Amino acid sequence: MAIEDTNMEIIKIKKSDWAGGIDKSRKTYHLFGPVKHKNHHIFRQLENNIYPDMEYMSSVLSPKSVLFPQSQKILVTSADASGKACHIFTPPEQDHTPRAVIGIRPCDAKAVQLVKLNFDTKEYQDPYWCSAFEATTFVGLAVNTPSVLDFSTSAGSGPFAQEGLDVLLVDCKDHYLAKILSQKGKEFLNTAGFNEKEDPKAADQVIQQMKISAEKAICSVIQTQHLKKKTVLELYEAPFWEDIAFSCISCGTCAYVCPTCWCFDIQDETQGKTAVRFRNWDTCMPALFTRHSSGHNPRGEKIQRVRQRFMHKLKYFDDKYDQGIMCIGCGRCVEKCPVNIDIRDICNLMNAYKPEKESDAGEIKGEIK
Amino acid sequence: MKNPYTPYPVKIDEIDIATEDKSLKTFKFVFLNKADEDNFSYKAGQFAELSIPGVGEIPIGIASSPIEKGFVKFTVFKTGVVTSHLHKMKTGDVMGIRGPLGNGFPWDRLEGKNIVIIGGGFAFTTLRSSIVYMLDPANRNRFKNIDVVYGARSPGMLLYRDELFEWEKRDDIHMNITVDGTDDPDWKYNTGFVPAVVEAKIPEADADTFAIVCGPPIMIKFTQPALKSLGYQDSQIIMSLENRMKCGIGMCGRCNIGRELVCKDGPVFTLEELNLTPGEF
Repeated sequence: MAIEDTNMEIIKIKKSDWAGGIDKSRKTYHLFGPVKHKNHHIFRQLENNIYPDMEYMSSVLSPKSVLFPQSQKILVTSADASGKACHIFTPPEQDHTPRAVIGIRPCDAKAVQLVKLNFDTKEYQDPYWCSAFEATTFVGLAVNTPSVLDFSTSAGSGPFAQEGLDVLLVDCKDHYLAKILSQKGKEFLNTAGFNEKEDPKAADQVIQQMKISAEKAICSVIQTQHLKKKTVLELYEAPFWEDIAFSCISCGTCAYVCPTCWCFDIQDETQGKTAVRFRNWDTCMPALFTRHSSGHNPRGEKIQRVRQRFMHKLKYFDDKYDQGIMCIGCGRCVEKCPVNIDIRDICNLMNAYKPEKESDAGEIKGEIK
Repeated sequence: MKNPYTPYPVKIDEIDIATEDKSLKTFKFVFLNKADEDNFSYKAGQFAELSIPGVGEIPIGIASSPIEKGFVKFTVFKTGVVTSHLHKMKTGDVMGIRGPLGNGFPWDRLEGKNIVIIGGGFAFTTLRSSIVYMLDPANRNRFKNIDVVYGARSPGMLLYRDELFEWEKRDDIHMNITVDGTDDPDWKYNTGFVPAVVEAKIPEADADTFAIVCGPPIMIKFTQPALKSLGYQDSQIIMSLENRMKCGIGMCGRCNIGRELVCKDGPVFTLEELNLTPGEF
C-alpha cells in the first residue's frame, strides 16, 4: 500500500552507516543486490560478507530472477513404484521469509508491476511468483546519471520513478536520502536502524531537483501516443516487419535480458527415484516455442516471431491490460542484441505507421489460413 | 493460495483402443480423492492437462460429459513424447490431471438455439461431450434441433462408433456420419468430405442457429464457405482451437493469438472474434 505524499517520510542515511544497517537488516531479510561479476554487474543473493555495489550502472540481467528464477522446481514426487505416493506431484518446500532487493533501478521495479499482471490474475495466481512478491521489499536506487540507452521516461517510468518501490534511495554523495513509499519500506529501514528523519519538504525538494536534472540527461525517447488507436491488424500487416526481422538470428537474448519478459517452459526430469517438474525461462524467438506435435507451426517463420515480440510488447499487452506498453525503457535489449535490432526504432515506426490505402489493413479476413 | 500447477492424482481405470489403426486410445480416469472429482467440475468444451510425472504434460479436450459422474475420459492421439508414453501405460497406473481449463462452449448463449455440430477426425472429443450433455433428458428441451455432421477417413477411424450408431436411431438428433471412402458394401451412411455433406444436409441458418466446428485445418477451411452459402454469419460459427501450450492457465506465453490466450481466453472463439486477430493458429 502506497503511503500518501502528505505523510511523506524521508530518512537520511550517512554512507558511513550504510554497511552497518545492511548487516542489521540481514538478520530479518535475505538480501539481493547488484554485484560485480567479471566486467559487468549481476543481481544475486548476497552472502553475509557481500554488500550491494551501489555504484553500479546497470546489470546485464534485470532483477526479475529474484521472483522468477531462471530455473525453478515447481513439483516433486517419488518415481519409486514400490512407494505409496509414487507419481503424485506436490510442490517443494519454499522459503517465504522476507527478502529485500537493494539497489533495484526504478524502471526495473516498474517492470515487476507489469509482470505481476501476468502472474497475479483474477482467475489464477502463480503461487511461486506471488509468494516471492509478497515476501519482497523493493529498495530502489534512483539513477542520477542515466545511460545513453535509457529511454525510461518515455516508456512509463523514469530515473526517479517510484512505482513498484517500497523505498527510493537517492545518492547525495556522502549520504542517501531514503523516501519511504510503503509500509514494507518503513519496516525495512527500521530493521536496518535507519531512522534519522529529514524535514520532508526540504529533502523532497532536493530529490525533485535531482530528478529534473536526471530526466533532462535522458537523450533517448520513443513515441507511443498513437499505438493504442491503431488496430492490431493494421500494425500486423504493416510492410516493415520483413526488414526488421531480416537480421534477427533468433537467439532470444532480448527476452532473457528483458525485465518484462515472463515466458517460460515446463520440463520434467527423473533422477534416480525422484521425478521433478521444472519451469525455465523461455523465449518466443525460436520456432520450437509454438510448434505443434503435428509439425504445424503458427509462428514457424522468423518474421512471425519477431513481429510477435514487438506486437506483444507494444500493442497486444496494452490492448489486454490497458496499462501502457510492456517495456520500461531500460535499454538492455538495445545494448545486447547481437544484430542491433532496436526496439526504439520499431516502436517509433509502429507509432507513425499509416496504412497507404484502406484495403491494406484493418480488413476483416474472410477465411482462416 | 491454490496451486494451479498441482495435478489431481488419478488412476487409469480403463483403456479402449478408439480407432482401427490403434493411433487413438480412450483413457478413463478415476480420481484417487473424491473431493478432487467435485473440484474438477467442468463444461463441455473445456480441456485438461494430462500429467505424467517425470515425462510431461499435454493439453487434451475432455471427452466425457459433465453428466457422466465418477470418472473423466480423454481420447488421445499418439504423436509426441507424452502421448507415446501414455499409450504404453496400463490400467491401474497412477498419474495426474490438471484442470478443467479453458472457457468451454458458450452454453448460456447456446440455450434455446438450434445447434449444428460439425466435426472431423480426432477433433470429435469435446463434441461427443457436448452431444451427450445435450441429449441428457434433463437438458434436451433446453435446445431446439440438433444436427450433426461427423466425418473420418474410413469407418474404422470414426471415434465412439457405438454411440454414433445409437444416435442415428434417435429422432431428437439428426446424425450425418460420413467417411472419405470405404470398400465396405454394407456401409449405410454417407460417403464424401465433411464440407460437401454440410452443404447438402445442414439446414440453412436462421437467427437462432449456431454451428460448432472442430476438425483439422483443411476441413475447417472448406467448411467455412459451405456454412457461408447456407447463410451462417461469422458470429454464428463457433470454433475450438489448439495451440502449443505448457501452463494452460494463461501465464507461460506461447499459445497467444494476438492478445487472446488460447488456453485461458479460449480455446473456444467465434469466427467473428477470430477475424479480429492475426489468426496465428
